[in-house]
Amino acid sequence: MSPASTSAYLVLSDGTVYRGEAFGARGEGEGEVVFHTAMTGYQEILTDPSYAGQIVCMTYPEIGNVGTNPQDEESCGIFLRGFVVREHVDFPSSWRSRESLQAYLERHHIPGISEIDTRALVRRIRTQGAMNGVLVHGEASQEELVARARALPSMAGRNLVDEVTCREPYRWDQGRDWAPDPAPMPRYHVVAYDFGVKRNILRNLVNAGFEVTVVPAHTSAEEVLALQPDGIFLSNGPGDPAAVEYAIPNVRKLVGKRPLFGICLGHQILGLALGGRTKKLRFGHHGANQPAQDQATGRVLIVSENHGFALDADSLASNSELEITHINLNDRTVEGLRHRRLPLFSVQYHPEASPGPHDAAHLFSRFRKLIEGQRAQA
Amino acid sequence: MPRREDLHKVLIIGSGPIVIGQACEFDYSGTQACKALREEDIEVVLVNSNPATIMTDPGFASRTYIEPLRLETLKRILERERPDAVLPTVGGQTALNLAVALAESGTLDRLGIELIGAKLGPIQIAEDRLRFREAMRGIGLELPRSTYVRGLAEGGAALAEIGLPAIIRPSFTLGGSGGSLAESESQFHELLEWGLRQSPRGEALVEESVLGWKEFELEVMRDRADNVVIICSIENFDPMGVHTGDSITVAPVQTLTDKEYQRMRDAAIGVIRKVGVDTGGSNIQFAVHPDTGKMIVIEMNPRVSRSSALASKATGFPIAKIAAKLAIGYTLDEIPNDITRETPASFEPTIDYVVTKIPRFAFEKFPGADSRLGIQMKSVGEIMSIGRTFRESLQKGMRSLEIDRYGFDASSLSDAQLREQLREPGPERLWRIGDAFRRGWTLEEIHAQSRVDPWFLNQIRELIREDEAFDATSDLRRAKRNGFSDRRLAELCQVTEDEIRRRRLEQGIVPVFKRVDTCGAEFKAHTPYLYSTYEQECEAHPSDRPKIVILGGGPNRIGQGIEFDYCCVHAVMGLRQDGYETIMINCNPETVSTDYDTADRLYFEPLTLEDVLAVVECEQPLGVIVQFGGQTPLRLAAALERAGVSILGTSPDAIDRAEDRERFADLIVKLGLRQPKNGTARNVGAAHKLAQRIGYPVVVRPSYVLGGRAMQIVHGPDALEVYMREAVAVSPEHPVLVDRFLADAIEVDVDAICDGRVVVIGGIMEHIEEAGVHSGDSACSLPPYSLPRYTIEEIRRVTRMLALELGVRGLMNVQFAVARDQVNVLEVNPRASRTIPFVSKAIGQPLAQFAARVMAGKSLAELGFTAESEPDHISVKEAVFPFVKFPGVDTLLGPEMKSTGEVMGIDREFGRAYAKAQSAAGMGLPDSGAVLVSTRDEDKARIVEPVRALAELGFRILATQGTARYLSERGIRTETVHKVSEGPRNTAELLTRGEVDLVIVTTRTGDPEAVQHSMAMRRAALEHSVPYFTTVAGARAAAAAIRAQRAGDIEPIALQDLYPT
Repeated sequence: MSPASTSAYLVLSDGTVYRGEAFGARGEGEGEVVFHTAMTGYQEILTDPSYAGQIVCMTYPEIGNVGTNPQDEESCGIFLRGFVVREHVDFPSSWRSRESLQAYLERHHIPGISEIDTRALVRRIRTQGAMNGVLVHGEASQEELVARARALPSMAGRNLVDEVTCREPYRWDQGRDWAPDPAPMPRYHVVAYDFGVKRNILRNLVNAGFEVTVVPAHTSAEEVLALQPDGIFLSNGPGDPAAVEYAIPNVRKLVGKRPLFGICLGHQILGLALGGRTKKLRFGHHGANQPAQDQATGRVLIVSENHGFALDADSLASNSELEITHINLNDRTVEGLRHRRLPLFSVQYHPEASPGPHDAAHLFSRFRKLIEGQRAQA
Repeated sequence: MPRREDLHKVLIIGSGPIVIGQACEFDYSGTQACKALREEDIEVVLVNSNPATIMTDPGFASRTYIEPLRLETLKRILERERPDAVLPTVGGQTALNLAVALAESGTLDRLGIELIGAKLGPIQIAEDRLRFREAMRGIGLELPRSTYVRGLAEGGAALAEIGLPAIIRPSFTLGGSGGSLAESESQFHELLEWGLRQSPRGEALVEESVLGWKEFELEVMRDRADNVVIICSIENFDPMGVHTGDSITVAPVQTLTDKEYQRMRDAAIGVIRKVGVDTGGSNIQFAVHPDTGKMIVIEMNPRVSRSSALASKATGFPIAKIAAKLAIGYTLDEIPNDITRETPASFEPTIDYVVTKIPRFAFEKFPGADSRLGIQMKSVGEIMSIGRTFRESLQKGMRSLEIDRYGFDASSLSDAQLREQLREPGPERLWRIGDAFRRGWTLEEIHAQSRVDPWFLNQIRELIREDEAFDATSDLRRAKRNGFSDRRLAELCQVTEDEIRRRRLEQGIVPVFKRVDTCGAEFKAHTPYLYSTYEQECEAHPSDRPKIVILGGGPNRIGQGIEFDYCCVHAVMGLRQDGYETIMINCNPETVSTDYDTADRLYFEPLTLEDVLAVVECEQPLGVIVQFGGQTPLRLAAALERAGVSILGTSPDAIDRAEDRERFADLIVKLGLRQPKNGTARNVGAAHKLAQRIGYPVVVRPSYVLGGRAMQIVHGPDALEVYMREAVAVSPEHPVLVDRFLADAIEVDVDAICDGRVVVIGGIMEHIEEAGVHSGDSACSLPPYSLPRYTIEEIRRVTRMLALELGVRGLMNVQFAVARDQVNVLEVNPRASRTIPFVSKAIGQPLAQFAARVMAGKSLAELGFTAESEPDHISVKEAVFPFVKFPGVDTLLGPEMKSTGEVMGIDREFGRAYAKAQSAAGMGLPDSGAVLVSTRDEDKARIVEPVRALAELGFRILATQGTARYLSERGIRTETVHKVSEGPRNTAELLTRGEVDLVIVTTRTGDPEAVQHSMAMRRAALEHSVPYFTTVAGARAAAAAIRAQRAGDIEPIALQDLYPT
């Protein structure tokens, strides 16, 4: 909005050029352009490692209203490559705000573009599918930008987990800020594979009564079992699940050994480990209003989702021991999985929310119950 | 779960007349519910006393009762119709209260009828503050501290417990009526007394004040499988302390982080589950402390509401329709989303624009009313606007209000006045904030005074900066993106609006249209529900079908309300029958016309020249209809025509010929008709000369007004002098009209339809109140109940002459005054009038549909409507007033319209129809008891007959001295009572003690002293809910009605039994 604003461009691989105003850190970003339909929670989205390699466009036009604060960070940084909004608000109002969005993006070296017709962009992605794009500040040759966008690698086949996973194992013991009930006792030990884990998952595990050890994505099954976990958690993360080649055999080895719970990419990797296939969705699900229906009860949960790939239902059908527990009512894609015999389940959506509704928060307790059930049998 | 198979017949209760706090949003929700149930082959029985609603059109229900919304009437209808269930959640607080009464009286159990949508238990928990608090405590949610008071004696203890400031809320009222804020001890006791009186149960809640906290609302829906979704989040611009109906509100929430929003969402879901609403929607309000984030629950409405209507329009998710489907057993996942078609209703809408609602006030109608806003609702209407940013949305909203303001214009208040208006919000606080920034006040200072969130203040600050800096060299595109109107930019550049428009078009700066689609463009939208904005891509995709644009009526206000929306909706229905694509433009979120299901295409836009032209340019319609939306679109007619837009129906020139008094006088002379002596004055001196020539009393008014704005009866030169100074200020561009006032005349309203060759009378309505009372405020009877046949014939003849001479194509309304057997023409309005829905229901013919089709080229012969219908039943319309909301305001009627709504009574005989209308208007007439009479001298002779009738029916007659003597002398046994000024045992005291059952009081309206003296009596009658009549004619009708109701039970009648549908 300031008169001294610099122009910025977002250029898509199909040749579409959006000219807007620069905000955030001066610079440029390249990646797959996706849109997110949540009206709140831009800070959580910015700091969710699952957006590594992507440029994210918010469909809600006023972004920056509530600034940023230390409690709402989902990781130690920002892994997305560019941020696209209709209206960048540089005057936050919130009793928790410590830093404006502008300052926050600058500090994390993330470029943004505002004042473009974001709805037109969303409609393009919806009709043409997610595609690569380049976001630059300042003047640049549009042909060159289009060429650069076209040259970018497709998201399919990309392992981005390596960019975001932790280097060393660590313990996590912090719970949610607003937890109505004390964590149950006794505490169980869960080892969480970090494919790009969101902190709110770890917080929810703590609140469900877990001691949490987070391990890097490469950690072998043997190393995990050596930690003597009561359960193993497979986290969310960025990119193509099929490309995280080392994780699939690791998980396969863990199936049946300990109770398993997977979220998002973790759910996809679990599905792959169980013999399923994943497919790339046209433009994915990125929002906080998705209807996931529990196939057993018919109940609909309003959930947060963020994925460009999904398990192919047909590929799971051949294994009669697998059960699709949830589907997305919008496009009937797979949203949840369980094994009829072995102690494992996973969901495509985000029960930890952040941003989004808490409708599925009980899944963390369900994981705990699964472990308790196993121990009772043993 | 599929729908329940055991429900075949459902009764829907409407919300009755439009009052402050309950307006056409309940026609919107009720109409949706009727449609939703009929889609399921459920037989719908509808009860609503308001004839101006779409829902009471006989086609929307199987059985339609335009009957009083009273327990006894409902019981009889239930006994006769024996529905399986009652749906009480789409008719506002009125319907909910009636449902509770029906349940508590045992009627529902006795007849085996179920409440659906909300059961008795949940309603009671939500409505009873104490039980609600207990329920909330059970799920860990706090409410403001509070305690119930059931008598004045308990006041002291309550005060000690809660402290000051405290809020006093009477139980079981609508629109927060009677609620008020006490800041001192004496104020506390005074307000408590008033509050206890307001409550139908003599009970009030004294509550901790959370003034200045941030205020939010969530619209929640739940189905019987326990799926819960939030349809919309709303943030109030005005913090706690201003009733949400009077607050500017914004969707979605702007100043909560996701963590805080989700906590609120969890709380809302907890509330709806705990209260137990399991098949429908609720509105839940929260307050959040701005510095600590502490969240408390304020209240819950277990029904659709004004906010849910707004939320439906704001998101495209039709809450009432879905609520009706849930009530009959569907679950959310079984109901498709109409807009996307491919996705189900079990999701939460996400929006990619900002919605602003701004209330519309009418304080100018109630001199003496306190215009400061508080926790009792005072606004009479609202607008909604959509923009891609808050700034755009806000500025579009400001120009939608139709208060002749097109942006942040500056005021000339003193700093002290400004500060006071920031602290104590009035209808113009938004502009006052702008003024403060313009004067260089800091944001912190403005926040400290107003408590408006800094986020909103900063947005206004940016707009003011741009407004102040704007000149011919500024960035026009940027200004348009921020919502500036051409008109405002023209003011800032001191050029004409046309000039700005020309420059704008030269630079290719035109708006595009985006769709409201519930999903932020994630799915394809199949419903053309559009709003304008300045972006790149346009999604209007106009069709190439022949199409017609209908301009709606804008915000409800006194004089222009639901009646015009009814006409607009009928225009759509009519034109559709002839194969036209219909395009609606309107900005009132309460209405049926702005349901995306009504017209083929809906543009949710301000009704200004700029915004209408943008739609017309995009759509290229055959023409635009301006006849149905009241004064709002009419005011645009000439400018639209100048811009090359074809105006369908009666030509703007003919409209001008009827509205311009000089041209009209020529017309009257040409046709050899009579009108009261009149003239036009352009300055004070001319007015005096004119009045002298015509002879006092005279009616004075500015030209081109609706609802009698600033119209007065003036009895002498001094009063004229005062009026002229005010009136000229009211409308500087237009002269003042002066007419001879015909005292004691009977006024008659006629609605007719003409295709240029044939004129068909729709209905002739005889006013009950004599001339001098605005036609919108007067009760009337169709057909006339006292006029001789030859007078009615003359009225028909004159109406036909006028219609043909003016070349009317469509509707025409004529007002006559019959004095000494002579028919005088008061005014002609070649457009839809306020009475069209009433007449249509009375005669069983859709006049507005016929009119729209005539305007598009059909002849009346082709429509098969060539003869006046002469029903053998009597229909009475009665007006409903908002006086109870404005303490200290006189209830006397005059030429300036003050009513907000209307009711209808239908029966075979006048007395019964009138009794029904009175009962429906909340003035149910007594069968026995005491009548208090006090009349001015001129009326004494004429009052004898009705008073004698009442005495013969066994009423005790109480009268003030002069009246008592006069009546006694004529053989009526009368007890003398004192006037208020005469000491104890006075009229007001008797009313307060409940010793009076009916009041007849007439006053010399031209005598301020007499008016002042009798006012206490009128207020006391109003406040103690004693039916009162301020005219002789009204008293006469009341006597007839009481005789009729004494003669035998008055039975409800369904429209379908009166005429075939």
